[in-house]
Amino acid sequence: METFLGIDYSTWWFLVVGATFTGYAILDGFDLGAGAIHLFFNKEESRRIALNAIGPVWDGNEVWLVIGGGTLFAGFPKVYAAVFSAFYIPFMLFLMALIFRAISIEFRSKEPMLWWRKMWDVSYCISSIVVTLSLGVVLGNVLIGLPIDKAGNYMGSTFDFLNPYALMVGVTTLALFMMHGAIYLVMKTEKRLYTKLTIIVKNSTIFFVISVLLLSFYTLLYVPHLSLRIKENPWLFFIPVTMVLAVANIARRITQQRYRQAFLSSAVVISLLLILIAVELYPNLVLSSLDEKYNLTVLNAASSTKSLKIMLIVAAIGVPLVGIYTGFVYKTFKGKVKLDEMSY
Amino acid sequence: MDVEILSRIQFAFTISFHYIYPPLSIGLGLCMVLMEGLYLRTGNAMYEEMTKFFTKIFALIFGIGVATGIVMEFEFGTNWATYSKYVGDVFGSALAAEGIFAFALESGFLGVLLFGWNRVSKGMHFFATIMVTLGSMFSAIWIVVANSWQQTPAGYHIVGHGLEARAEITDFWAMVFNPSSVDRVLHVWIGAFLAGSFLVISIASYYILKNRYVEFAKKAFGIGLTVALLSSYAQFFAGKASAEIVAKYQPVKLATIEGHFDSSASADMYLFGYIDTKNKTTHGVAIPGGLSFLTHYDFNAPVAGLNAFKPQDRPPALNIVFQSYHIMIAIGMLLIALTTFGFILLKKNKLFNKRWLMLVFAWSVFLPQIANQVGWYTAETGRQPWVVYGLLRTSDALSQAVTANQVVFSLILFTLVYALLFALFIFLLNRKIQHGPGYENDDESETHSPRLEEMAGSFGGTIP
Ligand code: HDD
Ligand code: HEM
Ligand code: HEM
Repeated sequence: METFLGIDYSTWWFLVVGATFTGYAILDGFDLGAGAIHLFFNKEESRRIALNAIGPVWDGNEVWLVIGGGTLFAGFPKVYAAVFSAFYIPFMLFLMALIFRAISIEFRSKEPMLWWRKMWDVSYCISSIVVTLSLGVVLGNVLIGLPIDKAGNYMGSTFDFLNPYALMVGVTTLALFMMHGAIYLVMKTEKRLYTKLTIIVKNSTIFFVISVLLLSFYTLLYVPHLSLRIKENPWLFFIPVTMVLAVANIARRITQQRYRQAFLSSAVVISLLLILIAVELYPNLVLSSLDEKYNLTVLNAASSTKSLKIMLIVAAIGVPLVGIYTGFVYKTFKGKVKLDEMSY
Repeated sequence: MDVEILSRIQFAFTISFHYIYPPLSIGLGLCMVLMEGLYLRTGNAMYEEMTKFFTKIFALIFGIGVATGIVMEFEFGTNWATYSKYVGDVFGSALAAEGIFAFALESGFLGVLLFGWNRVSKGMHFFATIMVTLGSMFSAIWIVVANSWQQTPAGYHIVGHGLEARAEITDFWAMVFNPSSVDRVLHVWIGAFLAGSFLVISIASYYILKNRYVEFAKKAFGIGLTVALLSSYAQFFAGKASAEIVAKYQPVKLATIEGHFDSSASADMYLFGYIDTKNKTTHGVAIPGGLSFLTHYDFNAPVAGLNAFKPQDRPPALNIVFQSYHIMIAIGMLLIALTTFGFILLKKNKLFNKRWLMLVFAWSVFLPQIANQVGWYTAETGRQPWVVYGLLRTSDALSQAVTANQVVFSLILFTLVYALLFALFIFLLNRKIQHGPGYENDDESETHSPRLEEMAGSFGGTIP
């Protein structure tokens, strides 16, 4: 098998897919979270400020979803096919919610009527929650494994996705993004809204800690395959330990009013969660609950080495470019939100 | 109905809806680059206002384009799982490149274009406008390359058998520059320029008819018409190039396009008509030997006809292909005539007082839209029964795990949501046009009279 720096190409691509998913979770995570807590702000001006805080960047953040989907499709077409056709209903709900979310942000400011704006506020908040929950639910199902046969076809029934574990993962994702989004908004706001947000940060952090603890216990008891690797390699305990420290650091930085540090900490929490998942799954991508022979792995689900090589070049050229102009956009809009005539 | 037909309806519906918006974004983007460029060169504030006005319309269109685009990427996995496995190796790289190179570019700079007026220098803002337009043009490249590969596959080999079979890439550049991609990218781009420029023309004509913002409208009309004139001629040549590729690589599609059955005869080119599928003939007004001339530069040369192909290898919906194609050509010719006529009158200073012509231009926005849609119907329905031409049949490309009920559910949802979306789009577009370009100035003067806003707000009404 061909390797690059001692690692085979499909594992490299596994890292790329993991990195784009992480990028997506960190970036779109904060604007989804900001949407999920939107209805906690009750003044029109607060809502406008909250929207404009994500206004110039949410669309760019969502592109990471397109890129993530593209990297999965390109690198592991069998996984793409198996997972997407297995979770038809949650993915369709996810798509509808994405549509509503995009147009709520876009349309809200186009008319001054109160009922119009309230309607889009509600739609924005609910769709942000549905997007987050459905992503979490799909992730939860992938973690426990699904009934796929030899050809990678899903053999379960339509509503199997609604199981307690998957729902717990969904709620935890929601809590995580709410915390992340609230911290982002704290960075971008002043005065009353800011004060209110510091309270939301605190509450959502508590919500996250509780749900992640419950989820961890449940995992240890009922989904043993997700903790095998860490039990066999105790040094890997540094991941959960660092995560605990990072969560503690969020609270500390908030009290010190060092919000950028707090935001970085919650980004670290998100990354570590995904790294933990990657460590436990690798080399599997999707576990078959019918027979482990049918597992889709980094090796048997990957595209040809030729294709992976080409795409690694594409990624090596493209990702730094994306980084440069993303950086430029964030720099242009840094600091507290100021409304002007072109704002939402 | 079975999963196959439902999934096809859903894909056709969602992508047709999506394809209303991207061409408008691309074409309008180009017009905005010209407007802002003129502003930087002349310093005339009217061009600044024009850019800002069309930027707001652009934002509306772009928003819906983005919201409806992600749907198709997901549908490949949800509805066409076997297809995804089959083409992932080849097709995935184009889709990933699209995300990385194109979408990230346009949506990154979109923030600066929409919200950056007071935050970056004029030059920088202009740069952002150019980047957004380029980004949207790049996204057209990658998606059309991927689609062209399905039409004329190249640079691949097949590995595995039966259910396990899939295409693997052997030559990346041969895949990208497959026989039809360059011509089709050009044709799609120009179609987008037509869609966008006719939107500008249409809005300008409306203002002239209503006698509002007349100076502004005349300038905008001029910019739109220039783009439209050049594009409509260019489109003829790009379309002809595409037709030659079809003749060479997809003979069944070509025969369907002109309803040609008998392989031993020379082939006609129809202006309009219909295919009589029962009697295997085509009726209508035709240029005798026209298709023979197009393919062989000889009016008498025989052209392969539908009879030469097994029924299961022919497109099932002959008339859809035929009619779509001829509507596109008719519109193409009409656009050439319309823009040429308009341009001559403009040069003679006689254009803007012809009310009937302004009325025609105001409605003309639908023509390129229709041509774009039916162009895709020709290309895609003419490719049937194959998803990947000659390699993978549409009926084999489905997701095995998906049931008809699930697709009915999603199809109903899409229909409802898109109907709502379309209604809102028309409503808001109309409001934007009614507000007109002076909107911002009005807005500023209103901030001096907060009471007005308060009163309007408490009645739940709008501020005029
Ligand atoms: C990159 C790929 C791609 C692109 C850019 C397009 N299509 Fe396509 N189209 C497909 C990939 C595809 C497909 C996945 O290959 C389908 C689904 C099932 C099939 O047979 O082909 C398809 C089917 C399909 C059908 C159904 C054909 C039939 O059932 O006979 C229609 C009407 C269209 N498309 C229309 C369009 C339009 C209006 C497009 C303009 C944007 C378009 N397609 C772009
Ligand atoms: C199956 C075919 C298609 C797929 C899978 C697809 C996918 C997408 C996706 C995922 C987006 C959203 C990107 C974002 O979040 O910013 C999008 C938007 C867009 N698409 Fe499509 N697309 C298809 C067909 C086309 C075609 C044929 C064109 C052009 C000729 C096109 C041009 C664009 C453009 C310019 C945008 C940016 C939004 C806009 O300008 O309205 N797409 N598409
Ligand atoms: C004026 C003469 C025209 C000719 C001879 C022509 C020719 C063609 C041909 C042969 C195809 C099928 C290509 C294939 O199956 O691969 C096609 C597709 C298409 N046409 Fe045209 N066309 C013309 C005008 C137009 C106009 C005015 C528009 C839009 C404003 C347009 C938009 C499209 C689109 C969007 C497609 C589908 C994409 C593609 O396959 O390239 N065409 N055209």
